[in-house]
Amino acid sequence: MPLELFTVGEPIADTKAPRDVPIKDRWNERRFRARLVNPANRRRLSVIVVGTGLAGGSAAATLAEMGYRVKNFWFQDSPRRAHSVAAQGGINAAKNYRNDGDSVHRLFYDTVKGGDFRSREDNVHRLAEVSTAIIDQCVAQGVPFAREYGGLLDNRSFGGAQVSRTFYARGQTGQQLLYGAYQALERQIGLGNVEQHPRTEMLDLIVVDGRARGIVVRHLITGEITSHMADVVVLASGGYSNVFYLSTNAKGSNVTAAWRAHKRGALFANPCYTQIHPTCIPVSGDYQSKLTLMSESLRNDGRVWVPKERGDTRDPREIPEDERDYYLERIYPAFGNLVPRDIASRQAKNVCDEGRGVGPNGLGVYLDFSDAIQRLGKKAIEAKYGNLFDMYNRITGEDAYETGMRIYPAVHYTMGGLWVDYDLQSTIPGLFVIGEANFSDHGANRLGASALMQGLADGYFVLPNTINDYLADGPFPKVDATHPAVVEAEQGVRAQTEKLLSINGTRTVASFHRELGKLMWDLCGMERSEESLRKALDRIPEIRQEFWTNVKVSGEQGIFNQNLEHAGRVADFIELAELMCVDALHRNESCGGHFRAESQTPEGEALRDDENFAYVAAWEYTPEGVPPVLHREALEYEYVHLAQRSYK
Amino acid sequence: MMSLTLRIWRQRDRTQKGKMVTYHVTDVSPDMSFLEMLDVLNEKLILDGDDPVAFDHDCREGICGSCGLMINGIAHGPEQATVCQLHMRSFKDGDVLDIEPWRSGGFPVVKDLAVDRSAFDRIISAGGFISVPTGTAPDAHAVPVPKKDADAAFDAATCIGCGACVAACPNGSAMLFTAAKVAHLGLLPQGQPERDARVLKMVGQQDAEDFGGCSNIGECSAVCPKGISMETISRLNHDLLGALRAGAVPTS
Amino acid sequence: MCEEAYRDPVATVTTQPGQRRAPKTGRFNNSVVKKTVMAVSGIIMILYLIAHMIGNLKAFQGPEKFNSYSGWIRTIGEPALPAQTTLWIIRLVLLAAVVLHFWAAISLWRQARRARPVPYATKKRVQQSFASRTVRWGGLILALFIIWHILDLTLGAVNPEGHDSTPYERLVASFSNIPVTAFYVVSMLLLGLHLRHGIFAATQTLGQTNKKRERAVNGLAYVIATVLTVGFLLVPLSVAFGLID
Ligand SMILES: Cc1cc2nc3c(=O)[nH]c(=O)nc-3n(C[C@H](O)[C@H](O)[C@H](O)COP(=O)(O)OP(=O)(O)OC[C@H]3O[C@@H](n4cnc5c(N)ncnc54)[C@H](O)[C@@H]3O)c2cc1C
Ligand code: HEM
Ligand code: HEM
Ligand code: SF4
Ligand code: F3S
Ligand code: FES
Repeated sequence: MPLELFTVGEPIADTKAPRDVPIKDRWNERRFRARLVNPANRRRLSVIVVGTGLAGGSAAATLAEMGYRVKNFWFQDSPRRAHSVAAQGGINAAKNYRNDGDSVHRLFYDTVKGGDFRSREDNVHRLAEVSTAIIDQCVAQGVPFAREYGGLLDNRSFGGAQVSRTFYARGQTGQQLLYGAYQALERQIGLGNVEQHPRTEMLDLIVVDGRARGIVVRHLITGEITSHMADVVVLASGGYSNVFYLSTNAKGSNVTAAWRAHKRGALFANPCYTQIHPTCIPVSGDYQSKLTLMSESLRNDGRVWVPKERGDTRDPREIPEDERDYYLERIYPAFGNLVPRDIASRQAKNVCDEGRGVGPNGLGVYLDFSDAIQRLGKKAIEAKYGNLFDMYNRITGEDAYETGMRIYPAVHYTMGGLWVDYDLQSTIPGLFVIGEANFSDHGANRLGASALMQGLADGYFVLPNTINDYLADGPFPKVDATHPAVVEAEQGVRAQTEKLLSINGTRTVASFHRELGKLMWDLCGMERSEESLRKALDRIPEIRQEFWTNVKVSGEQGIFNQNLEHAGRVADFIELAELMCVDALHRNESCGGHFRAESQTPEGEALRDDENFAYVAAWEYTPEGVPPVLHREALEYEYVHLAQRSYK
Repeated sequence: MMSLTLRIWRQRDRTQKGKMVTYHVTDVSPDMSFLEMLDVLNEKLILDGDDPVAFDHDCREGICGSCGLMINGIAHGPEQATVCQLHMRSFKDGDVLDIEPWRSGGFPVVKDLAVDRSAFDRIISAGGFISVPTGTAPDAHAVPVPKKDADAAFDAATCIGCGACVAACPNGSAMLFTAAKVAHLGLLPQGQPERDARVLKMVGQQDAEDFGGCSNIGECSAVCPKGISMETISRLNHDLLGALRAGAVPTS
Repeated sequence: MCEEAYRDPVATVTTQPGQRRAPKTGRFNNSVVKKTVMAVSGIIMILYLIAHMIGNLKAFQGPEKFNSYSGWIRTIGEPALPAQTTLWIIRLVLLAAVVLHFWAAISLWRQARRARPVPYATKKRVQQSFASRTVRWGGLILALFIIWHILDLTLGAVNPEGHDSTPYERLVASFSNIPVTAFYVVSMLLLGLHLRHGIFAATQTLGQTNKKRERAVNGLAYVIATVLTVGFLLVPLSVAFGLID
């Protein structure tokens, strides 16, 4: 690996998990060893929480219930609109209500294996342990999970799991879970325990004497730039899939909060691990602004196929059975259509690359329900997936009961994020990171229905326990607006805003975003190679250069200016994209969502290199022109044995 | 490809007066979503040095409830779905479209087509929850819920808080939104202890937010992208009367 | 920044300009309570109208029957009760119903006007029925009707026959006048519309509708509204066309 790409710094390690006790006791032990804060002292301690998704919403509500003074920030108008609302499929928990052999250990095992052995055992085990309490909590809040006629909760198997451990609320699980957290949060707002800051975007982190002490924000309607202080800062700002421009994330999803913290010293782990979801509605034209996911649960009843012949443009209904290639069933007879996401996605890409893709631009495969409809009846399929079929119909104008769906993979989730230890604290003391914004639990690939689990585990149960240990040293000396660190951070934000507005070039922000996204998809997407990544690394600095000299941002600072918001986010995506490519290039192996063309088995499956890459890559920020610094966290597997993932 | 004439409400901020301004868009593909069509218009405006049209949006898949426009006098336009899920194939070449923000005393205009819907959050904050602090929950299977109730609660719980009901209601009433939450929580066993207090506080807050009262007109349910039924309002009324009979005193 | 917050142990809630009005308290400011008042008073009026309509139809049996019916309502309960007691109870209940109904209607109307300070440039209706759109103005015209009607047929103040005539004479006199009959006809049609919406609305307001009952309730609303409208129209039209004199 040529040295100029990056330099290697000190290794890092998590020091918080009590490794001296067996894994199943570690979380208990950590909670016992962590210091507590006297309830009477909690009101003197303040917590900033950025984000109101499953992670941020649940954390803000819980911390407020505990008695901390919480200040909550988010960029949408209401906390209920955080992108967690869009999650469809479900949430895992090791309840074993089905008596099908599930257990905490099995969920732990499946998650480590599913993550292709690139996650930290301690964290994953804790996640599996806490999972059951999440369901209890949500049910008590009134989350209307699907139930059976006996009145008990229904479960389904999801995303390739061999046990039914997924709890769901029709195709709107994320929405219902989020509303549970939102309602808890609104209750605390009503009680005056949470100070709310809607339509407010975090633009910088304030670090004083080595501790995260506050944030600089811009109010999106008035344009006012202000600073807010607290004893501790929690980031729950979600994922950064929008670096690809087209993704299943919301338009506003961004990396800005995490990236600015990174620039202040928080290490960014595994940025190249992105998850491509196999079942999205294909792109229909250049104007396309986002991609829509069709829940993975559809694969339980739909069969994926393409015509055997290339360039077969017949109506799917006219293609006879023996001229169809049900390629997942063919290649993976044991798992069939239910192989994990990364595998299903890559195979779809392969058949389209062979020229057998379907739909207007050949980027699509069929997801066919005719068998299931014949077996179970249209009514049954409607009851299970009606809302998804309607959504498909609205977007494409096609009736999927008749023609099946056309689907194609799309970027969906980012496993990478700010590096955190077992306590969910980043490398900046006092900066905690939860939910999709951290890197913690999913390794190189996230299993379906486990992001909701992680977000709520972090917010309801983990952070509220670990944060006390840090706050036990508080309250920290007060910091006021005249502190040099505050002044400097605020000035930085003002300068960037002014700069963006003053360039007045000839290209729109969206055009840069589209170009960057296309480049990332083509060169750092489902399959990456040394060649493609080097090409990307040549081009990204040029885009960055052009952006800062030729972008045209309309309007002014002091009003609601969505174009300015977007500009700031794209500026950060450009920088992130570069780091993603460096990370992808340095990781000369394939694992989970990271597939390097150079590293595959003879059958074309991802080939890990455990000898050299069984580590977390945590990157330190360096200014433009200086190569980033790599800090390795070695991964050890005491309880799950490293094995080649196989779904054949 | 289609060409359209758009008459769009432009208003700089809450304090200034607004007016309808006419724009022309060409090369509109029938597969575009309505918001993508506005994106195209906005990119053109930006390049021309004009102020792009502000409108709220985020998920663009009909679930976050951010988007919402009055299109030719119908909330969310001609399909019963959110505007982000409305596609241009629902219109014809040469159509003239009036595009306005939600109008209600409870929803002041932020800019152009974006309005402030925080009143909805305050209605929830007033009582739209079950008080269960984290960690106090019994096992999820401790209380079975009849499927019929669970399904009905779910139907009500799908409300995305978009505000189309308010926008469409001739009285500017938020009763469908309020009722959806009252019905959701009131149908579940967990929601019973706070049932009386909840409905009184939530209706009290809806009345205090400059929304109108409901006179059972039904426009709300007809435009609701989630098809929240009028039945929820009946349930709300029923619960409120029940609460009064039980001796509770209204807070509004 | 934080300084202030540190002194103050209770976090403050930041609000946007003009937000969070303290809800007014009091039982009768609640919009649903007001609606309930309307529904209950409306139902009382409907019950009265059913009886009233049956009474009116006695006009077909000739002046004696009609006048004796009118006399009868004034003597119910006699001799146990003084003359006209029952009538006055009915009158008072009706008066209370009309006043409360009117008060609640105006108060909700004002609330609705505040709720839409800026009108739409274009507004279409999707579901709204003609009946539901005419309740307010229709109700107002009904209020005028009731005043006129009492001055006309009960007090005889505006009746050509004057106040010392029999009810039957007043009736015939009134409806022999085309404009008066026309006013009655228009009012009765509005009453029909008002009830078409009102009966459904009252059921909903009292929390008695659901998806299953929706059709039945709407059907009932149609039937009662039609029966009352037709029943009331028969007498004035019969007079106008000379079937009764
Ligand atoms: C379409 C879709 C379907 C999915 N389905 C599933 C599923 O079935 N099962 C599953 O387990 N997972 C699913 N996932 C993944 C899962 O939904 C997410 O990973 C998870 O919800 C993320 O939650 P979060 O709280 O970390 O972030 P989010 O919910 O994205 O919340 C981010 C919050 O941070 C705020 N924020 C962000 N940036 C800033 C800033 N700069 N300043 C201030 N505030 C900011 C936002 O306002 C928001 O409140 C799905 C994801 C998508 C996109
Ligand atoms: C005094 C003149 C009247 C006025 C001004 C009036 C006005 C109204 C208005 C505005 C409504 C709808 C209000 C709302 O729901 O917001 C209404 C409803 C109703 N009216 Fe009247 N009305 C009058 C007379 C009557 C009469 C004479 C009857 C019955 C015979 C009647 C029966 C009803 C009923 C049953 C309702 C439904 C109540 C509800 O919405 O729950 N009204 N009226
Ligand atoms: C067109 C049809 C109607 C006819 C022919 C009619 C006829 C009469 C007559 C003859 C009287 C006098 C009875 C008496 O003094 O003994 C009367 C009284 C009255 N009518 Fe009607 N009426 C009609 C419709 C209505 C309607 C629609 C209402 C209410 C909305 C109404 C409300 C009353 C009231 C309140 C009184 C006074 C009762 C009292 O205090 O004695 N009438 N009507
Ligand atoms: S009830 Fe329907 S229209 Fe009203 S806010 Fe909820 S989803 Fe939107
Ligand atoms: S339209 Fe309005 S009047 Fe009631 S039924 Fe719906 S809120
Ligand atoms: S943008 Fe989320 S519902 Fe339309």
